[in-house]
Amino acid sequence: MKISISKIIIFSFIIFFLSVFWLGLKIDNNYDTKSLIGSKISNFHITEINNENQYISEEDLRKNKYTLINFFASWCAPCRAEHKYLLSLSNQNKRIKIIGINFKDKKINANNFLKDLGNPYNFVGKDTDGKISISFGIYGIPESILVNNELTVIKKIIGPIDQVQFEDVLKIIQ
Amino acid sequence: MKIKIFFFIIYFLFLAVLNSNDNKKELSEIYKNLRCLVCQGQSIADSNSDFAATIKLVVQDQVNEGKTKDEIYTFLISKYGEWIVYQPTFSKSNLILWILPYFIFIAGGLFIFFIVRKSKNNKAN
Repeated sequence: MKISISKIIIFSFIIFFLSVFWLGLKIDNNYDTKSLIGSKISNFHITEINNENQYISEEDLRKNKYTLINFFASWCAPCRAEHKYLLSLSNQNKRIKIIGINFKDKKINANNFLKDLGNPYNFVGKDTDGKISISFGIYGIPESILVNNELTVIKKIIGPIDQVQFEDVLKIIQ
Repeated sequence: MKIKIFFFIIYFLFLAVLNSNDNKKELSEIYKNLRCLVCQGQSIADSNSDFAATIKLVVQDQVNEGKTKDEIYTFLISKYGEWIVYQPTFSKSNLILWILPYFIFIAGGLFIFFIVRKSKNNKAN
């Protein structure tokens, strides 16, 4: 039986495209930045929300065993929901420092938010125009990044911290 | 003298307009190649979302600092992963994406060539 080259080529192409489509269907299309766990954060300078002269940079975070960087805003409802977990973390564990970065918010609203719900943060920075959030790979609020003293990202929490995430963070820092 | 000053001013205004157009064109090209991560199938250029607005600010800053397109893409890829750019980078894992179109083009050409040659031979016989 003689099989022509053109038939083999056509058949190979059909198999190839079917495999590509089949693999494509199996890939998770929900994008998140969790793939960046293991990368390092660098080149940041965050000014304190109430004091222009006070700021933190890489060197300050290197002094902490673990730092949780939490992006929040007074206008963000899920931020209110996760706040109790941040308060528990700051009260329960001294191995972790929590940095809050107030995202595209008014200073007065942010201060009222922390006055009403409590302040779990060791430092509250401001990101008025959102540019700092880009240098941390943030694309939604709230979002939290857990880094170690080498500034390596250990965990990324996209969306509000819930009981599962909270316990996971506790487990990591123990 | 007044005419000279007049032409001098016109010349500089013309240069300023040209330069700003170049900048706008470059910005627009970069925005079009960046994916809006919080939108459905929109580029940063098409989107009015908060995320797109912030990315535009960051890109503008970096262009003003004199950074090249590639440097800006590298920065954003380091923060958001390769998904943020529409045009995949030329790397080992993306090799097939870059080579496949050329391969299909050549294979298609060869396929047509053989078909034509075969039909000619058949006609001659």
